Amino acid sequence: MTFILQVEGVTKHFGGLHALTQVTLDLVQGQILGLIGPNGAGKTTLFNAINGVITPDEGHIHFLGKDVTGAKPYDLARMGMARTHQIVRPLNELTVRENVMAGACFGHENHNLSSAYQIANEVLAFSGLAARADQLANSLNVAQKKRLEMARALAAHPKLLLLDEVLAGLTPSEIDGMVNTILQIRDQGVTIIMIEHVMKAIMNVSDRIFVLEYGQQIADGKPEEVVRNPRVIAAYLGDPLMAKRLMEAG
Amino acid sequence: MSQWKNLGLWLALAIVVGFGFWPIITRDAAGRETGFTILLAIVMASSLNIVMGYTGYISFGHVVFYGLGGYVGMYALSALGWPLPVAVLAGGVGSALLAFLLGKAILRLRGSYFALATIGVNEAARTFVSNFTPFGAATGIELQFSIYKTYGGAMQALWLTYYAVVSIAIFAVVFSFMIKNSKFGLSLMSIREDEDAAEVMGIVTPNAKTLAFILSAVLPGMLGTLFFFKNGSVEPGDAFRLGFSIESLVMIMLGGQGTVLGPVLGALGYQRLRSILLTSDITIGSFALKDFQLVISGLLMLLIILFIPGGLVGWLRQRFPRLRRLLA
Repeated sequence: MTFILQVEGVTKHFGGLHALTQVTLDLVQGQILGLIGPNGAGKTTLFNAINGVITPDEGHIHFLGKDVTGAKPYDLARMGMARTHQIVRPLNELTVRENVMAGACFGHENHNLSSAYQIANEVLAFSGLAARADQLANSLNVAQKKRLEMARALAAHPKLLLLDEVLAGLTPSEIDGMVNTILQIRDQGVTIIMIEHVMKAIMNVSDRIFVLEYGQQIADGKPEEVVRNPRVIAAYLGDPLMAKRLMEAG
Repeated sequence: MSQWKNLGLWLALAIVVGFGFWPIITRDAAGRETGFTILLAIVMASSLNIVMGYTGYISFGHVVFYGLGGYVGMYALSALGWPLPVAVLAGGVGSALLAFLLGKAILRLRGSYFALATIGVNEAARTFVSNFTPFGAATGIELQFSIYKTYGGAMQALWLTYYAVVSIAIFAVVFSFMIKNSKFGLSLMSIREDEDAAEVMGIVTPNAKTLAFILSAVLPGMLGTLFFFKNGSVEPGDAFRLGFSIESLVMIMLGGQGTVLGPVLGALGYQRLRSILLTSDITIGSFALKDFQLVISGLLMLLIILFIPGGLVGWLRQRFPRLRRLLA
């Protein structure tokens, strides 16, 4: 089996804080991996390590079979990795279309402006932003900015897409729309890792769930296995089963 | 609509061609001197706009490219005896080389740290040249008057220089437009809006920033050579005047940074204002004010930053959203 991404024993400290400790993860192409865990568990730090924003203190990362430990974000983007940010980062004084064109221009396909224009129009239609194409990005509302963040990443036609809390702050119907979008992207053959706190959504879309707590991996498996894992329940999901067990023991 | 898309470019070109060609048509020597200062300002502002307006890096060291390129060109003219066109090119190449080295050194700094470093660069360049004997150290380089004979006498040489400056100014505006509407321009504007997001999208930010710096340096270097050739001499105080960098900044702020038309309008407006201030006697009591235009430019910058940070073009675009597409 070939892995699109291999994270081997990645460790990262910020001063005395152990943000990531010996995290190991192999990702098969075409899957959706859900990355969950309490706040401060190191989920975004793991994203940052994978896409080169930070360099791990220990361990190695392989992308498409190549050792990319210490590579820069632009190196990884040019190999076919794209990501969205938890706090949206639109290019405010550029139009929505220009934002998406930038995604297409500088990714691994390296398009010129006119083909980037075509791709931007397609992606904007797919993301439901076509009517806003000529507006400045800073005139969008939060949900639209989240869609823009996603559209910009998609325009790169990535092989691996990292989604950082794209559902947070959306209404239930917006969540349904976004979940459908994510499934469609997966069906086009894109491998996805998504960080999410909306449990119902992530359990439904993910092929596999990876759980972090205090920078350590505490579970890795199918969604139905992970929800029954006592450590995960104690650390993150809340503890109804744990409570029941304690009552039986007493 | 589409034929109006480049309105900003056409207006900018109309200004440059209009003000540039008027003295040529009228053969007016005084008008030519006004033309020189306006066109110089337009080239300085338009080229600085590549770094400041498109890429979002504020530089107080832009005059270094004018000064050092001019010195290289003057050295080529006087010590090496190269013909003027080759010396002008040498000035451009010299500035580009300096920008490349500087870019490698200071473009990793961001925001105010970069701006502070560029002030240091200005002072360092002046001190270096003041002590560099091949460039005449503190006294500078003076041309033999006989050099103008090669170009048909002093009068003919002045006009020749003027044609070159007009051509460079037209090129500066077209160049600024081409960069803005290119893929490279999109990478610069992405860096301006969010450098970290730009990296994540795949923009090789160190290379893009260095290239922007180099491209902004070439034309000032060529102009420096032409202006010092016209003056017949150069000395460190003329070549590395921090005030000139600040004035270029004010012009961009006045007209509207990040647009093609803005720096041209700003340069024109600022130079008109400056010539009014220079020719009218301003005295308070018995004190005559020297360099009063710098006081005004300081005030102007303050007012613009406080009230219209987008400059004239930015204000128009905000006020009349339909103009946004036209005044790109």
